Amino acid sequence: MRGVKQHVTEIALILGMVTLFTALVLSLVGASPLDAFGHLIKGSLGSWSKFSRVLNVWIPLTLCSVGLLYAFRTGLWNIGVEGQVVIGAIGATAILRFGMEGGGQMHVWMALLLAMLFGVLWALFAGSLKVKAGVHEIFAGLGLNFVAMGLVLWVIFGPWKRPGIASMSGTQPFPRELWFPTLEGWRVSPFALGLALLVIVISAWLLYRSRVGLNLDAVGKNPRAVRLFGLSPSRYMLIAIMVSGALAGLAGGLQVSGVYHRLIPAISSGYGYLGLLVVMLANFRLAPVPFIALFFAALNVGSIQLPMMMQLDSSLAGVIQGACVLSALLVFGLRGLKKRRQSNE
Amino acid sequence: MSDFSLTILFASVLATAAPLIIAALGETITEKVGVINLSLDGSMLLAAMVGFMVSYESGSLVLGFGAAALVGAVIAIVVGLFGIYLGLLQVAVGFALTLMCKDLAYFLGNPYSRLQGPQMLSIKIPVLSDIPFLGPVLFQQPLIVYVALILIGAIWWYLFQTERGLELRAVGENPEAAYTRGIDPRRKQLLYTAIGGALIGLAGAAYSLGIKPGWGRPQGIEGLGWIALAIVIFGGWHPIKVALGAFLFAFLQVIGITLQGIWPSVPAQVFQVAPFPLMIFALVMVNLLQREGVQGWVKAHPMLQRFIKQLQGVPPRALGKSYHPD
Amino acid sequence: MQVEFQQVHKQFGTVQALRGIDMRVEGGTIHGLVGENGAGKSTLMKILTGYLTKSSGRILLDGVEVDCSDPQVAAGHGIGMLYQEPQDFPPLNVLENFIVGRDCDHDLNRTEQRERLTQLADKVHFTLHPNDVLEKLTVGERQQLEFLRLLGREARVLILDEPTTGISDQQKMLLFQALRQIRDEGCTIILVSHKLDEVEALCDRVTILRHGQVTGEASAPFKVSELLEMMFDKPPSVDVVDHHYHPGGELLRFKGVTAAGERVGLHDCSVSIRQGDVVGLAGLSGSGQGLFLRLAAGLATRREGMLEFVGQSMDKLNHKAFRQQGGVFLPSDRLRQGLIPGFTIRDHFALAAGLSSAAAQQAAEQAIAQFHIRGTPETLAESLSGGNQQRLQLALIPKSARMVLLESPTRGLDVESAHKIWRFLRGDFADQGAIVFSSPELDEILEVANRVLVFFEGRVVRDLLADELDYEHIAAAMTGK
Repeated sequence: MRGVKQHVTEIALILGMVTLFTALVLSLVGASPLDAFGHLIKGSLGSWSKFSRVLNVWIPLTLCSVGLLYAFRTGLWNIGVEGQVVIGAIGATAILRFGMEGGGQMHVWMALLLAMLFGVLWALFAGSLKVKAGVHEIFAGLGLNFVAMGLVLWVIFGPWKRPGIASMSGTQPFPRELWFPTLEGWRVSPFALGLALLVIVISAWLLYRSRVGLNLDAVGKNPRAVRLFGLSPSRYMLIAIMVSGALAGLAGGLQVSGVYHRLIPAISSGYGYLGLLVVMLANFRLAPVPFIALFFAALNVGSIQLPMMMQLDSSLAGVIQGACVLSALLVFGLRGLKKRRQSNE
Repeated sequence: MSDFSLTILFASVLATAAPLIIAALGETITEKVGVINLSLDGSMLLAAMVGFMVSYESGSLVLGFGAAALVGAVIAIVVGLFGIYLGLLQVAVGFALTLMCKDLAYFLGNPYSRLQGPQMLSIKIPVLSDIPFLGPVLFQQPLIVYVALILIGAIWWYLFQTERGLELRAVGENPEAAYTRGIDPRRKQLLYTAIGGALIGLAGAAYSLGIKPGWGRPQGIEGLGWIALAIVIFGGWHPIKVALGAFLFAFLQVIGITLQGIWPSVPAQVFQVAPFPLMIFALVMVNLLQREGVQGWVKAHPMLQRFIKQLQGVPPRALGKSYHPD
Repeated sequence: MQVEFQQVHKQFGTVQALRGIDMRVEGGTIHGLVGENGAGKSTLMKILTGYLTKSSGRILLDGVEVDCSDPQVAAGHGIGMLYQEPQDFPPLNVLENFIVGRDCDHDLNRTEQRERLTQLADKVHFTLHPNDVLEKLTVGERQQLEFLRLLGREARVLILDEPTTGISDQQKMLLFQALRQIRDEGCTIILVSHKLDEVEALCDRVTILRHGQVTGEASAPFKVSELLEMMFDKPPSVDVVDHHYHPGGELLRFKGVTAAGERVGLHDCSVSIRQGDVVGLAGLSGSGQGLFLRLAAGLATRREGMLEFVGQSMDKLNHKAFRQQGGVFLPSDRLRQGLIPGFTIRDHFALAAGLSSAAAQQAAEQAIAQFHIRGTPETLAESLSGGNQQRLQLALIPKSARMVLLESPTRGLDVESAHKIWRFLRGDFADQGAIVFSSPELDEILEVANRVLVFFEGRVVRDLLADELDYEHIAAAMTGK
């Protein structure tokens, strides 16, 4: 009971700080916080079509966040998830381009598979740099993110450029047959939703119930001791980061085949980085991830209204998301400090 | 290439490198004292915006730079307080700050988008600027370029020639030992993290008030914070090598623009990612070279050894680890 | 300067490290502070230097009570300490290490500091080059530098914590010479050591600590047997096991193994361990026992020599192969190296044996009953007491184990639990395989081992069988006599 009460107090504290901070930021630009919050809510939950858009953001964001949990489980910061999304999208595009003339569903599923494979390889690259060459995964990952960015621009402006003129608007759109399957009248593919939910359920089992999950957790908690249990820490780190990459690649593949129907430079929409925030706010646990991802997705979609309705920049969403994480870190930090003080006495 | 365009090339390398040098030096100080401030990419952007906004409103460049430095310092202090005193993961705090500050900059800066504001003009240093070639390259630059160049020497001098600098490095290597010698490691860390942050803030304003004047979304400096972080590692935490890294990157960037003229189909961003594989390669080298087997091989080749010694940078030993007394 | 402790207590959490120390050190003498590991010597000294704060009691300098609440204040009183682990900055050079610190003179510029360093070094006949990077120096040289730094600061009370661990004989001679020289100039020196030959050679007076209490004092010339008696608990009556020794086939073989690590390393070690051996590794802590165990377990790399386990050569780091052949290693730092903080008892069983959650639950319940672990299957490893953590480690040993390596297996345990643990180990594993364990307590080794390897400075200096085991002989060998 005390645990529950503490959780509720902490959540209230975090939300209180975030609200205050956001109100302060809004009043700095002379906007009414109440109006802004109103538009955020209306813009994301106001209609079924708006909520569909939220779900369209929720799917890749959740995939990235869940993937990150695997890496974090072994103590790795897979900051390269952003690049893994991009590479996955490139992989998917490669297959779909083959199907431009008379392709079908077969190509779509193949595309998703290749997207995952590309994500795995890209993640394996960062992981090997970490465990074999001792390069910190944050720098290896970041470096590879930028390389992936360079690659996507190169293919869009180079080999895969639109007939006529290459532009930031991306590659030639795919015909309908190559779109990720959806149902008539749905703005978000129920199959993609189902896929994301499936990933959550399987991950819940893998991370918390399976032997592999236990081993991953042990590696993250004490890599030194794990050797004495006959496990190789570096092997499990590689496994974790590869799963991370697979899910990120899948997110990238879905962005291409299900959302944009072409490859664009901003194909990842920053969901990799945002996923890191989701996981931090969830305090590295799976259960809160879908809900936080939904909240963040709603902020992203709701804030699109702000430029039209209030002449504010849509980046307010990012400000709120960042404030959430920082407030949560502050609360967690103070809790840890209190605990340390108590145990010292 | 004609003599004239070489002059332009070098002059613009120098100007492009200046803010990067300042930011990377700020991070060098921070990391030398044992703290990782990962917020660069966001804090530079926020400082750029605030710097532009303040000088636009006040008409004073000095105030703009001051405000930007303050913003950088405040963000760094948040990293410091959370990381050093609350014992949170410094990279977690820094990363969250990066993303938030970036969006905060776009949000608060929205009304100042695409406005014509005050900006630094090139200062011609009399006599010196008349020297052929060197004059236009070195002595016809905005003030911030001179500041950056002076900072390289000043920070090198402070770190390696003064008692305070010695203390700074000592804390970054072994805070416990520093404590036994009567130094308060956490206070030092907070202080230098704040100073490093102020430099990072200055670098941000150097863009919006000089090198890429004005404010907008995108500002065109996104990603440069990460590059500055990479340059610190590339430069082995040594101010002079860090500055060389910044020049190398600026050179790649400028040459990229030139090459774009040759291959117009390849976007500039492709050239801009070049430093990253380079950085990864450098990091791999640094780590592989420390393996015992490789070291033996290197010792057998004295020429190689001398070259490799220059490449080897060792991070401060206490980097990123919070120190708790008792 | 005279130093006096009055009723000094220190508590770490629930552990009483010091229980009322009364001790006086006269000015201008070299005073020895001896005792076995964990007796509280270092804790007492760290309190004097302000690195730790005392829980209660008083410290007097020349009869005046002083407050040594942080290192800067203590340094202001002229107290300086040479820590056991050098407290210096390896990437910086000698001169920089000499200068850095708020506890010394800041008026001098670099050239003057360099001169000062050279002068001091000349005075005590040390050879140090100001521009050398510290990383390239030996432990002995780093210590010399630290010593010079304290001299330069004009410390009036100089504490040396195990100053000769890992340094060469020549460096030791130089150090002793220097210590006598500065004593004669009026400096008060406290030498923390458990090497009695050094104490004998150097000290004017000695205080003996055991379990956080003063158990005796003596003045030179010392009788080593009396000191030993006050340092260690009474030679025990052997009751747990018989010392019957019937060695079987060879299990583990070291042949000329040399390795670096743990300060002193391990040098040219050749040992064969057979079935039925219960080998105690005796020696002062950090004399190479830990490295010996880690090499045997495939957790450390050797530089030279050959290692065989059950007839198979162990080529490289391969703890997994060691385990598959029936080997187990239990480190002394249970929470940091052996167990997984954040994991429950049940999780540990699931991890160790690859059990399902339900089976692990059952195994955990069984182990809790059999080993009297105070906790439930849901108890986290870090919230168990030290003794219970050790019982958990023991419970995790597979029944098929043939070779059990243990590092300080009963550290922090009371006598009763220690006995239980030994009864279990000897009963289950001694007959089917071998046990090798290190222990800082000589009593324990004599009580359970049927064979003893004595380590000194990274070498095995004695290999004794049951009928040759003699308390004084081993104690002397451990301290380099």
